[in-house]
Amino acid sequence: MNNAFIDRYHTFDFVRGPVVSAPVDVKHGVALYLEEVSVSFDGFKALNNLSLYINDGELRCLIGPNGAGKTTLMDVITGKTRPDSGSVYYGQNIDLLAMDEPAIAQAGICRKFQKPSVFDKLSVFENLELAMNAEKGAWTTLFAELSGPQRDRIDEVLDLIDLSLHRRQQAGFLSHGQKQWLEIGILLMQEPKVMLVDEPVAGMTHQEVERTAELLLSLRGRHSVVVVEHDMEFVRSIAHKVTVLHEGSVLTEGTMDEIQNDPRVIQVYLGD
Amino acid sequence: MRLKFFANDSESAAIVAVLAAVTLIIPLCNLIFPPGSPLYFSAYSVSLIGKYLTFALLALSLDLVWGYCGILALGQGAFFTLGGYAMGMYLMRQIGTRGVYGDPLLPDFMVFLDWQVLPWYWLGFDYFPFALLMMLAVPALLAFVFGWLAFRSRVTGVYLSIITQALTYALMLAFFRNEMGFGGNNGLTDFKELLGFNLQADSTRIMLLMSSGTALIAAFLACRRLMQSKLGRVVTALRDQESRVRFLGYRVEMFKLWVFVFAAMLAGIAGALYVPQVGIINPGEFSPLNSLEIVVWVAVGGRGTLYGAIIGAILVNYGKTVLTGLLPEIWLFTLGAVFIVVTVMLPDGLMGLWLRKTGRAGL
Repeated sequence: MNNAFIDRYHTFDFVRGPVVSAPVDVKHGVALYLEEVSVSFDGFKALNNLSLYINDGELRCLIGPNGAGKTTLMDVITGKTRPDSGSVYYGQNIDLLAMDEPAIAQAGICRKFQKPSVFDKLSVFENLELAMNAEKGAWTTLFAELSGPQRDRIDEVLDLIDLSLHRRQQAGFLSHGQKQWLEIGILLMQEPKVMLVDEPVAGMTHQEVERTAELLLSLRGRHSVVVVEHDMEFVRSIAHKVTVLHEGSVLTEGTMDEIQNDPRVIQVYLGD
Repeated sequence: MRLKFFANDSESAAIVAVLAAVTLIIPLCNLIFPPGSPLYFSAYSVSLIGKYLTFALLALSLDLVWGYCGILALGQGAFFTLGGYAMGMYLMRQIGTRGVYGDPLLPDFMVFLDWQVLPWYWLGFDYFPFALLMMLAVPALLAFVFGWLAFRSRVTGVYLSIITQALTYALMLAFFRNEMGFGGNNGLTDFKELLGFNLQADSTRIMLLMSSGTALIAAFLACRRLMQSKLGRVVTALRDQESRVRFLGYRVEMFKLWVFVFAAMLAGIAGALYVPQVGIINPGEFSPLNSLEIVVWVAVGGRGTLYGAIIGAILVNYGKTVLTGLLPEIWLFTLGAVFIVVTVMLPDGLMGLWLRKTGRAGL
């Protein structure tokens, strides 16, 4: 018989509260360490011995042709996909491979999806309320009441993403660009350390793209932001450092100018 | 206070008012008016209406699971029947020596099977508080174990529906067996008294109707409170975008599990109130068909509104009573036709239609 059943002091997972992990330790200035990570799907190597470091507070752009492994990389960091080998650390002390999606999210790594994923049936305000950085157990949420500072925080984010006037509106009625912003708002509400942002400006108008660039730039320093984007002009407007992925590994890293003049990058994008 | 409580939700206020009226006025009509008067409700109608109210409670429980969590559970009848069996076992123990065989210790069917001792799982059912506990605990435990395994393994959609269907089917087969000690295919019946009240007496039937009505109102208000809390919003969110909710840091499986368990307990109460009003419980209640019917009630009324489930259950069952009286053979065809019409033309049920007409339909 399993010892857990005999041990009177054993606490089973299902009665335990949310995992309160130690605060992330970033004293070496690195927020995410990915080392020699490989993932394959039915023999196809989506990530091939990839190593990547994201610094604390930096804004990093990830580019690469389709199938380069950008989305898989985000899946690995957020716990959706388990790598076949390699290690993924958050700061020096937190092993992300030992955690599931909710635990990783609670530890401070949040993600915006490629396709805007907001809760259509809920109002804009409620979308932000759910995302709020608060206790997320079933029992706590049953009796949760918004406190004054929490309301202020939601108002602040509503202003930031320019949706104050739509706070009571069902999210499903928002325009595509507004949904993208709402999802960025959802990320901000979680007060994450690391934000993974997949294609934030897809389908946006020119003005919206500019505003999104401003918004992301303003986050630099407080959050580590990893942006995956195909829109090169947008990447140029925000990027300090760009990482190019190709066939599941890092092809090269550098400033946008260095990248654009790198013959290997040109070859990958344009072919021979 | 009361108005504020039901602010922007006149449907909920209306359903509570109607249910309260039914709970109070029908018993009064039975007591005040003489038989023959158009306002008189016979004991038969009182029990019939009481039965509808328990079905409405059952439908309400499914609406929590299906309408809010998005789990199309095709086995909600299993929890209802287990609650019913717990009540049935208590009622069997109240028969005492008045059974056909007059055995002081064993129920008739055990004497018939030539059993000598009462099985251990029948112990304690002489006491109503214990039986009451079991009416809640047995469905809750089954829902917990089942939900724990299914939700943690992230079984969803049609696969989950099929497993819930299999669950209730397996229980039906098990309860059909005499060796199980629940009366085999005859089930439990020939009840005499509940808490010392004669089950055949009009006053007892009235009390049962009032209890069913009160339980339904209380359950409705509890469900409404649940779904208006932040938990309700998390559950609504996970119905539409489960993985997104997980990436917000919520343990989705726990939310589903607790709602599923709560719904199973409501279904158990419904079953426990149903059994003394119909006077029998047998394994046929586990039949997958019964669980499918509950889905039709909720679909007709409109899922995800709570009151829709109540209205749907009462309308469909009233239709069933009328039609099976007039043309019994066409009932199942009618039920099928109703389901098809609702699915194709009224995906949000009658309440969805009503909300659209009054301009309050959301997405």
